[in-house]
Amino acid sequence: MKNFFQDLKQKEGFKSVCASILCILAGILVGFVVMMILSLFNDRIGLKNAFQGLGILLGGPFSSGTAKYIITNLGDMIFYAAPLVMTGVSVAIAYKTGLFNIGAAGQFLMGTMGSLMVALNIDTTGKPALGVLVWILAVIAGMLAGMLWGAIPGLFKAFFNVNEVIVCIMTNWIAANIVSWIFSTTPALINSGAGKSGYLITTAATGNGTPKLGLDRLFPGSYIDIGILLAIVLAITMSVILTKTVFGYELRACGANKYGARYAGMNEKKNIVLSMAIAGGLAAIGGAIYYLNPGIEFKFDSAYQKLPDYGFNGIPAALLGSCNPVAVIFVGLFIRFLSIGGDNLTSAGFNKYIADIIIALIIYFAGFSKLFRDLLYRKRKKAETAEHAKHEETPPDKVTTQGKEGEAQ
Amino acid sequence: MIFLLQKTLIYAAPLLIVALAGMFAERSGIINLALEGEMIFGAFIGAIFARFFLNNGIMTGNIQMFFVVILLIAGISGGIFSILLSISAVKLKADQTIGGTALNMLAPAIVNAFALSLFNSEKVQMPANFSGYVIKNPELGPIAQIFGDKAYISTYIIIGLFIILSVWIYKTRTGLRMRACGEHPQAAASVGINVFKMRYLGTTISGVLAGIGGYAYIATVANGTAESSVGGMGFLALAIMIFGNWKPLGIALGALLFGFLKCIGPVSSSIQFLKNLGLPMYFYNIIPYVVVLVVLALTAKKSGCPKAEGIPYDKGMR
Repeated sequence: MKNFFQDLKQKEGFKSVCASILCILAGILVGFVVMMILSLFNDRIGLKNAFQGLGILLGGPFSSGTAKYIITNLGDMIFYAAPLVMTGVSVAIAYKTGLFNIGAAGQFLMGTMGSLMVALNIDTTGKPALGVLVWILAVIAGMLAGMLWGAIPGLFKAFFNVNEVIVCIMTNWIAANIVSWIFSTTPALINSGAGKSGYLITTAATGNGTPKLGLDRLFPGSYIDIGILLAIVLAITMSVILTKTVFGYELRACGANKYGARYAGMNEKKNIVLSMAIAGGLAAIGGAIYYLNPGIEFKFDSAYQKLPDYGFNGIPAALLGSCNPVAVIFVGLFIRFLSIGGDNLTSAGFNKYIADIIIALIIYFAGFSKLFRDLLYRKRKKAETAEHAKHEETPPDKVTTQGKEGEAQ
Repeated sequence: MIFLLQKTLIYAAPLLIVALAGMFAERSGIINLALEGEMIFGAFIGAIFARFFLNNGIMTGNIQMFFVVILLIAGISGGIFSILLSISAVKLKADQTIGGTALNMLAPAIVNAFALSLFNSEKVQMPANFSGYVIKNPELGPIAQIFGDKAYISTYIIIGLFIILSVWIYKTRTGLRMRACGEHPQAAASVGINVFKMRYLGTTISGVLAGIGGYAYIATVANGTAESSVGGMGFLALAIMIFGNWKPLGIALGALLFGFLKCIGPVSSSIQFLKNLGLPMYFYNIIPYVVVLVVLALTAKKSGCPKAEGIPYDKGMR
């Protein structure tokens, strides 16, 4: 048994998980300090509330009161996690190719536009089979729009050598304006109901929303649909492509060393463009499955003022998951877990933005997660040397193989 | 026409100072992607102090003096916020892009959380009796009107700071040393320059300038109301810095150009000629970003980008 744990500790993946958990703990701790500071400034809440708030945050959907709300919130958590998993995998794929896809927000919006343009323009009320077909078409349309949009930073990077970060930021704002512009010219799609201003109609009106497959009976009252299943399948597919195919190997080779990849005969320009296009497509599917849900309305008239949070929250999802698409699934669920906890914070006198602060802090810490890893590693190395000193007959080859492993990574 | 030039100056001033802020960080070797976050944070703290002072009648005798003090406070708070970036980028050698992105998300979250908790609204609004910082001289001649009428003291301060700091980074010993750290830190270290100190200095100056720019932006465009966004001005400033090839003169040119392009959107409805074209506001909003992309595509191959930017300083590297 002891051997098993020692083997586990050697694993690169285990070290990443430990580092991620440390990042999360550090983020929550600082968030707790923020709540304490807030309770000092505000007369209505005291220090006691800060502890209560910490408990609510850590409880996530389970701190929602009665069993009925807990189940509804649990379903919502899973529903909201699906787009996050998609943008997270999008950032992860680009990161594996050495690109920082901060443009997931724009790609998400383009996916929203592409899919809603198809779904809302074709009325399939009363024809469920046709509705599913249109839904599939809508997701594909969104994906294509996102792929084209994602390819732009890739093309700029590959052919003009422009940093992809700045191009992504510019395309984000261009996308936001285009989406507001295009939908403002389609009066048929705008919800003209009483008290509605600037919203589109939803797929509830056209009968081609995302199929629920009975999941809504499992979590009554929530938005849940098969979006999460699609997200999981795509994440696993991406993981297989990255690790088991020639194409995935080329992508990772370009990320590890662009010049090395070119020397080995790979077309690194093609790989950069393809990687960004795939990343764009994935983020766009996130936008599609979010807004194709019959319960979610898209507010198009303010879209140009603020970029969607999903785009940026993909970054912590990817970084905490060490850019492993399968790990991103769990991280996505976890981030939504925290956010639902944040929504429940009002009962302790705080507001939901505390969860945003914690998520931002987690990315901040993830930036130097290598330091956390080194800290863990150093401690273990020290303990190991101490053990070696105790049992001198232990062969020292363990250390050398480890060094080689480290190099290969 | 005069109205358009006045508006151009109002939009160009924050872009000018924030682009210079980006230049200071990058010339010392740190990519400061957090400009947007530093602007938001500086503007937020500035607005809190302005509201507090106005409600308690502190220093409200001379509104221009008051404005200068608030700008100073905004600058200091931007500098303090930027220390978070310095710690991760200089001390802990973290990925600077990720650190900057984190701060860009942290600043709006802090603004929303604190504003909602302290003022029961996601904005920090000025008291109702506050009439703004604008200087009005309608009797001036047409040319003088561009600079003297409907103007803000922040514009003059920013132009002054811009000139002083541009001379400083090129003509003084510390400025030269700082630029050396952005080009080849190991060579700089070999002649006894403390690379860490220089990078801390560069990033902190950058944060101070971004904070000033942030408050100047909301004071001139939104009458001092701070919220969780400055409308992408920080990112646009970053692009202007690249457009200006990391040099003050190019940055000044870029700031004027993009100040003009950026102000067309908001003013398009009040200019008859643009109104007649019938294009939607979104079209004018997109123009500056598209121009940035075109310019980057044309100029990136011969960029004057500091050689060592974005690479954490490692003593042992050659």
